[in-house]
Amino acid sequence: MSTIALNRPAAKPFKLIRHSLELTRRSLIKTWRTPEALIDVTVQPGLFLIIFVYIFGGAVSGSTHSYLQFLMPGVLAQTIAMGAISIGVNLNTDIEKGIFDRFRSLPIPRSAPLIGAVFGDVVRYVLVSISTFAFAYAMGFRLGSDPLHAVAGCLLAVLFGLCLSWAPVFLGMIVRTSGAVQGIGFLTVLPLTFASNVFVGVGTLPGWMQGFVRNNPLTHLVEAMRGLFLGTPGYLPHVWWTLGWCAALVVVFMPLALAAYRRKV
Amino acid sequence: MSAGARNVAGMTNEPMVEAVGLAKSFGQTRALQGVDLAIPQGTVHGVLGPNGAGKTTAVRILSTLLRPDAGRARIAGHDVVRDAERVRASIGLTGQYASVDEDLTGRQNLVLFGTLLDLGRKGARARAAELLEWFDLTGAADRPAKTYSGGMRRRLDLAASLVGRPDVIFLDEPTTGLDPAKREDMWGVVRSLVRDGSTVLLTTQYLEEAEALADEITVIDHGRVIANDTPQRLKRRVGGQTLEVRPADERDLPRTAEILAMVSSGAAPEALRDGKLAVPVSGDAAMAEAVARLTAEGIGVTELSLHLPSLDEVFFALTSGSSNTIKEFAA
Repeated sequence: MSTIALNRPAAKPFKLIRHSLELTRRSLIKTWRTPEALIDVTVQPGLFLIIFVYIFGGAVSGSTHSYLQFLMPGVLAQTIAMGAISIGVNLNTDIEKGIFDRFRSLPIPRSAPLIGAVFGDVVRYVLVSISTFAFAYAMGFRLGSDPLHAVAGCLLAVLFGLCLSWAPVFLGMIVRTSGAVQGIGFLTVLPLTFASNVFVGVGTLPGWMQGFVRNNPLTHLVEAMRGLFLGTPGYLPHVWWTLGWCAALVVVFMPLALAAYRRKV
Repeated sequence: MSAGARNVAGMTNEPMVEAVGLAKSFGQTRALQGVDLAIPQGTVHGVLGPNGAGKTTAVRILSTLLRPDAGRARIAGHDVVRDAERVRASIGLTGQYASVDEDLTGRQNLVLFGTLLDLGRKGARARAAELLEWFDLTGAADRPAKTYSGGMRRRLDLAASLVGRPDVIFLDEPTTGLDPAKREDMWGVVRSLVRDGSTVLLTTQYLEEAEALADEITVIDHGRVIANDTPQRLKRRVGGQTLEVRPADERDLPRTAEILAMVSSGAAPEALRDGKLAVPVSGDAAMAEAVARLTAEGIGVTELSLHLPSLDEVFFALTSGSSNTIKEFAA
């Protein structure tokens, strides 16, 4: 009978993958059931493109079209960074409601619920990419490279989002209310996205700020995406920098989040 | 239910749930200060106590959600700290201990827990269907759990804890907010689980519920066990009994009162409504003596009964003087 199979511990790594994917499935079902939770990632890129292109475009870049070409990859990266906050909010709510106690009482690897939640967010990031491209194309954006490079750029952004989301996951574990997760997350991401090359070229910034901006992970991501979308050369080092940041984010925040999750009562 | 998987502890006559000297503090608050528990396989054990007494902390330690500061506990023979994974494979949690996902349907919840318990997708679906049927949730199976009524939600909670056919079930106030008929249904379910060999640890606010279900009761207060016995013996221990008699003829009331005064354990007989007399007695012999004397005097009675105090009275007697506990924890 099934009970007997229960007591036989399965091979650990497979168990972790299998259980994480089951919990990913749960996240996807939840997303499917509450599509209104996707408003931030679907509408926000359009809003930012319209505001910045038509209000600041002329002043910053001389023409709205050239600014749109410059801005589009940045808005995509910014929306992904901001979209990552919601995973911390959701996990905090889950813990409050007691569903994570159920997971913790099951004979599954401790990290599976968190990994599952992070993977589940892939849908959000893919949606950001699609909706940003849709808005931008409607406004006149055109690829300077080819679709293959564009897809690679989107994948890089999605990967960055998945790795970055371990930071809000950690935040969601240590902060008491979901409202606080939202607040702190926003206050961290906002300067990170504005003190970058998302809206203006790095050269236009005061010297003291350039140091920060040049080392901002978002700057590398946006530089890499611009290259991949627009076909401008010299982006490859930024791809490597971005991948390095992805690794660093996971190496630092995943163990922190898991430790905080284990401590959480 | 498979009996074969259940006698892990039964074979060695070891209790299914065993805790010795459990202690846990949260900052300055000493939630548990040395709690012992022993629950034999196939029984229901009631854990009672005022809010903040330490019941929830005890259950969270037994279910591996919390580590004790001191003491040890074993579930189905597995240590809750050293062998937590095996403990988790042997237990089911309900109610406030572990919730279901409200955005998922009843079926999706049960299938999710089934796959996480390694039943396989097919096995998990079959088990979910079986539980939905058993708990009369088939009609609502594909609606999100947040649309369920209170009674449906309780049933889904319990079903969710049974997916893996656990040896030990932690039941948290299974009938709070249910109407009397639904409460009886729930009690029936718990009794059938125990008949099939499960061991149940029940926390409840209703003494009536503990009385109806529990083979043994532990009363916890201030993080300590203040009583541990069968419901019957607990009642005896605290209150003694009351003998009630109604003579057939009201003119016999004075004579009856004299007889009752003779068998009383102290207080004088008290006249109740509708011509009944009541007197506290200390043993079963008092009733036989009263009957013998009444017969000898030729006094006919229409009602004669011996009552134990209610568990409410017992509970109140055991925990009185501790009402400040509640304030301490609320602060």
